[in-house]
Amino acid sequence: MSLIEKHGIIERNASLLLVGSLLVVCIGGLVEITPLFYFQNTIEKVEGMRPYSPLELAGRDIYIREGCYVCHSQMIRPFRDEVERYGNYSLAAESMYDHPFQWGSKRTGPDLARVGGRYSNEWQVQHLTDPRSVVPESIMPSYAFLAKATLDYDTIGGMLQANATVGVPYTQDMIDNASNDLIAQATPDADTSAVADRYPKAVFGDFDGDSQRITEMDALVAYLQMLGTLVDFDSYDAEANYR
Amino acid sequence: MDYNTLRHFADSWGLVYLFVIFLAVAVYIFRPGAKKAAIEAAQIPLRDTDERVDSK
Amino acid sequence: MVGAFIMSALAVDDAFRIHMGILTLILGIGVVVAMRLPAPVEGVAHSAGYMDGPVRVGSILTVFWGIIGFTVGLVAALQLAFPELNFGPWLNFGRIRPLHTSAVIFAFGGTALITTSFYVVQRTTRARLFGGDLAWFVFWGYQLFIALAATGYLLGITQSREYAEPEWYVDLWLTVVWVAYLVVFLGTLLKRKEPHIYVANWFYLAFIVTVALLHVVNNLAVPVSFFGSRSYSLFSGVQDALTQWWYGHNAVGFFLTAGFLGMMYYFLPKQAERPVYSYRLSIIHFWALIFLYIWAGPHHLHYTALPDWAQTLGMVFSIMLWMPSWGGMINGLMTLRGAWDKMRTDPIIRMMVIAVAFYGMSTFEGPVMSIKSVNALSHYTDWTIGHVHSGALGWVGMISFGAIYFLVPRLWGRERLYSLRMVNWHFWLATLGIVVYAAVMWVSGIMQGLMWREYDSQGFLVYSFAESVAAMHPYYVMRAAGGLLYLAGGLVMAFNIAMTIAGRVRTERPMPTPAQLQPAE
Repeated sequence: MSLIEKHGIIERNASLLLVGSLLVVCIGGLVEITPLFYFQNTIEKVEGMRPYSPLELAGRDIYIREGCYVCHSQMIRPFRDEVERYGNYSLAAESMYDHPFQWGSKRTGPDLARVGGRYSNEWQVQHLTDPRSVVPESIMPSYAFLAKATLDYDTIGGMLQANATVGVPYTQDMIDNASNDLIAQATPDADTSAVADRYPKAVFGDFDGDSQRITEMDALVAYLQMLGTLVDFDSYDAEANYR
Repeated sequence: MDYNTLRHFADSWGLVYLFVIFLAVAVYIFRPGAKKAAIEAAQIPLRDTDERVDSK
Repeated sequence: MVGAFIMSALAVDDAFRIHMGILTLILGIGVVVAMRLPAPVEGVAHSAGYMDGPVRVGSILTVFWGIIGFTVGLVAALQLAFPELNFGPWLNFGRIRPLHTSAVIFAFGGTALITTSFYVVQRTTRARLFGGDLAWFVFWGYQLFIALAATGYLLGITQSREYAEPEWYVDLWLTVVWVAYLVVFLGTLLKRKEPHIYVANWFYLAFIVTVALLHVVNNLAVPVSFFGSRSYSLFSGVQDALTQWWYGHNAVGFFLTAGFLGMMYYFLPKQAERPVYSYRLSIIHFWALIFLYIWAGPHHLHYTALPDWAQTLGMVFSIMLWMPSWGGMINGLMTLRGAWDKMRTDPIIRMMVIAVAFYGMSTFEGPVMSIKSVNALSHYTDWTIGHVHSGALGWVGMISFGAIYFLVPRLWGRERLYSLRMVNWHFWLATLGIVVYAAVMWVSGIMQGLMWREYDSQGFLVYSFAESVAAMHPYYVMRAAGGLLYLAGGLVMAFNIAMTIAGRVRTERPMPTPAQLQPAE
């Protein structure tokens, strides 16, 4: 059979067509995605990153559940206006423990990558409960129901364990104490020294103003209040990490 | 295999390789000998008899 | 069903418990309906022994899901214009928007693709679907996936991966269904009576295979418990972002483009009653498209923490992608060479042609937006939303409507549609709706991007973010109006299709035929 006639084989053989298409579509993905796991410079070397505390992780799950990522990005691009509006541009290292990432794709509302510590807990709770009472132009839905919902943290140890399985450096100590750490972080005047050791820079207190119980609002605000606060930019060497 | 090696390869041989493949595929498909088969294949949907007579 | 009930009883979280309860209910209803169905009668209606049952049900469900998807979209649009319309927690925008995107892409688009692929592969291979009732399993299995995904979103069960929100157990189910789909499709190709595999089937096959690959890799995750809904994705941060957008962009490339191109390459020549303009161009179109598309994902991550080299690769390949896309568009349009008068006389052809035109428009806009300096302005704004909708409403929607209008009279053995004039109405309502929608989002998206980066003479940012939100209000209202027009067109179609199936024919003034047209003077 001449070379010229061989094209007919592909056009007439369904299995070859299948394998051929599969090979062709694999190339692009392989070339782009695989190097990200091997190049050392993909993720910058920074000081201060740590896994989420149990309360923050529970809050992050609520952030995901409510689809906050649909309207809020967590990825500040290196432009003058964005850096002035939101703070230092985001580093890859800052989301290295994010399973899944929350960079977002749309800013119907502002970026939240560094919202931690910008507003008081009271402001956050008021804003989540009735957004237009503090920002008249806002089109955000009300999340008042979070303050009424008691946080379900029966599976918090399992949540940390699952994260550890996919590579987040949670220690056995952290997993064993997950429940206690969660309670301590949200309870005023609790003994928080052990939590602070395990999760440096964690914010403590009664986030939602209801000291009787731990609500979903507590968890979500705890998460919002730590966003973008971990990396120590004083010791960060931008040039060394240039890529 | 670091970033620079791969980048150099992609910008030179990788580029040439893909371009040659593209040219080969294009020439191959548009060579005169393939015309008859193509015209025949294009008729496949119209040969189907299983339907109403007036398809307006 | 019993399994789902046990899972519900053992669930570790409330959402999972309710979700498994819903699954039990759906399966229960399914069993009752299946037992009450009359025994199947073989060999009705179609001489060649094609299996058209799933195609018939699929045509109806495509229209149904279309209406649902457009309605939920209108609700989401109104929620942005009037935030009082959020009824939390189940009907908040954050849960409605994934419901809208999935309803349109997977429920409407996916059902249209499965339905038309079953029809096309049988006609172009002159063989009955492979695997007997396996095709029914694929069909109802996919509908079950849609029901689980949709109810899951409203319950807040989500992975937060755009267009891949369903959690691990729903993903596993879809994988099973999808493999069965591949078996049915490939099996039919293998037992074909036509020596050559028609190009429409190439596109359908690439769509099925690639979506399987994308779905499996992007949804790799570790569940917290086998009795709970929550899972954590295998990858994190930057790798996770690229995997997701490799998936996300190719959901557009293979689900919304390759699959629907398969539709175009069959139904357009069929309705025009002439072969595709250049069959050989369609082969180049195929290989170039599937090779280039898969690289384009990183353009969703310009100027983020993704390494520069990956962003640049994504941009270069996105721009190259313009060429095969336009090759395909020209191929589709030129199929009408020498028969352009059909544009005036046949509203179904007009619908398909405008679909191809919108395909050309959005595949030009896409590469432009993938250029990094343009993307710096357009990213995060509503321009992206406008772009997606000119592709989704214009290309995906219109080509599917054209296919449905083609299919329904043939599947039910009707002489013609209930009303061609109503197809014409649908055409103009939908086109006007898209134009309003895309124009409004384009203008407002650019305005938004410019407001965010506006500096005054002293070097201060001029606008607060809240001011840019307030400025969007009139545009959000106009966008909802555009969506309403499109939905109205969909309702006209639903009525027309229902009447056609009922066997009614509307007495109406016929559409102009070539003989009635005035000669040029």
